[in-house]
Amino acid sequence: MGGTHPLSQPEDKMSDLLDYPIPSDRAIEPPPEWAELRQQCPVARVRLASGGEATLLTRYDDVRAMLTDGRFGRVIPASGTGVGSQDDGGTFSNDPTGVMANEEQHQAWRRLVNATFTAKRVQAMAPGIEAKAEQLIDDMLAAGASADLVPSVAFPLPVWAICELLGVPEDERERFPYWSDTALSTTRYTQEEISAARQEFGAYMAALVEAKRAEPGQDLISELIALVDQNDPRLTAQTVIGTSMALLVAGHETTASHIAKMMALFLGDRSRWEQLVADPSLVRSAVEESLRFDPNAGFGMVRWVDEEIEIAGETVPAGTTVVCSLAAANRDEGTFEGADEMDLGRRPNPHLSFGAGSYSCLGQSLARTELQIVLAALVRKVPSLELAVPVESVPRKEGLLVAGFDELPVKWGE
Amino acid sequence: MKINVDRDACCGAGQCVLLAPDVFDQDEEGIVVLLDERPSAEHDFAVQEAVSMCPTGVIWVDRNA
Repeated sequence: MGGTHPLSQPEDKMSDLLDYPIPSDRAIEPPPEWAELRQQCPVARVRLASGGEATLLTRYDDVRAMLTDGRFGRVIPASGTGVGSQDDGGTFSNDPTGVMANEEQHQAWRRLVNATFTAKRVQAMAPGIEAKAEQLIDDMLAAGASADLVPSVAFPLPVWAICELLGVPEDERERFPYWSDTALSTTRYTQEEISAARQEFGAYMAALVEAKRAEPGQDLISELIALVDQNDPRLTAQTVIGTSMALLVAGHETTASHIAKMMALFLGDRSRWEQLVADPSLVRSAVEESLRFDPNAGFGMVRWVDEEIEIAGETVPAGTTVVCSLAAANRDEGTFEGADEMDLGRRPNPHLSFGAGSYSCLGQSLARTELQIVLAALVRKVPSLELAVPVESVPRKEGLLVAGFDELPVKWGE
Repeated sequence: MKINVDRDACCGAGQCVLLAPDVFDQDEEGIVVLLDERPSAEHDFAVQEAVSMCPTGVIWVDRNA
C-alpha cells in the first residue's frame, strides 16, 4: 500500500498544498507555476494523486543532482508516497525487472541490456526505420488530403521498431496500447483494471518468452533467454519477462507520444515548420529542442530518500518521497538562455527529458534516431503539412504518467 | 586538447558514439571506449555536443593538456 488517503488529512492542511501534476489547460504553454516555483519555492511540498505528500524540485541544478546522486533511491518503498490513485502506488512502486532497487544489480543488468542498444546497433536499425516511416507516410498521403497523425504515423512507427528489436509478432500489437496505458496510469484506470491488465500482459510475455526458448530468433528476447540458459548470474527467467515488458512499454509509448507532441509544437507555430522545410539540417537540434520545450512532458521522476539530505539550502527529512518536474527544469533560465523561446538550432542543449545519471533512459539512442528519421521524412515528403484544427483544441491524454495527444488532425496541400 | 572518460561511471547510452563516431565507441556492454584522445580540430563541435549530452557527465575535455 503506497500513500495516504486524502480524507485522512486535515482539511486546512490539504488546501495549502499544490496538487502535482499541476493542472493546466494550456496545450503548448507551460503552467505559470513552473517559473514561480523555480524562483520562489524550489523545494515545494505537493500533494500527489494518491493523496499523499511529496517534495517537488523544479530547478535544473536541483533536478540534475537528484537524478545523479546515489542517495536518492529509485524504488519507492511501501511507506513512501504513491504517485497514482491506485492502491499499489503506481509504476514507481512496482519494478517488473526486479533489479532497480539495488544499484550494483541495476548496473550489471543495464550493461547486459545496453549491448542491444549500442549506437552501432541502433544505427544498423536506421534504414529499416526510415523505410517504415516512408511507407507509413506514403499510405497516409494516398488515403486523402487530411489524416490523424497519431494512428497514421506517430503510434505505428515506434511500435514497429520496438517489436522488431524484441522480436514480438505483428498480430498481437493492437493489445499494447491498453497494457501500456494501464501500466503508466496515475488516475485514468482503477486498481482492478491495472492489476488485470498487468496479469494479462505478464502472461502474454511469459508465453512469448517460452515460445522463443523453444524457437530462438535474431532478437533481444532470444538473446536474453540464451544468457539465462547459460546460467548468467545477472539474469533470471522472471527478469527476462519483466525486462521485455518494461522495454515494450517504454519503447513505444514515450516515442509515440513525443512524435505527436513534437509535430504539434512545430505545426502549432508554423514558422517553426517553415524553418525546418527551408533548412532540414536543423532536424537533429530541432528534435532536441522539442524534447526540452515539451510543455506536456508528463509526471517527471520520483525518488526516495532514507537519510536526511540538504537540497538548495533546505533540509529534507529521511523518509521523504521526492518528485521532480523534468519539464520545469528544462525551462530554467539559469541553464538555458531564452528558455521560454524555442530555438531550433540551440546548442548546447543539456535537457533532462531522458533523465540523467545511471538510471537515465536506456533507449535514448533509439528514441532520438526514430524522432530524427520521422521528422526528416515528414519535412521532405510533406512540406505543406499543417494542423487541421487549432492546436488548443487537440484533445490531450489525461491521468497517465506520460502526457500527450490522443489524436493530431493534420492536412496537406496538393 | 585531451579528452578524458570515466568508464566506471558510464551508463552506456551511446550518445557520444552517435555524435562523434571517430572519437568514441562502445564495448560489448555499451561502455564508452575512447578511440582518439587528441582528435583534430574538425571534431571540436561534435566532441562538445557529446560532452553536453552525456547523461552521466563522464566525458570531459582538458584544454591545457
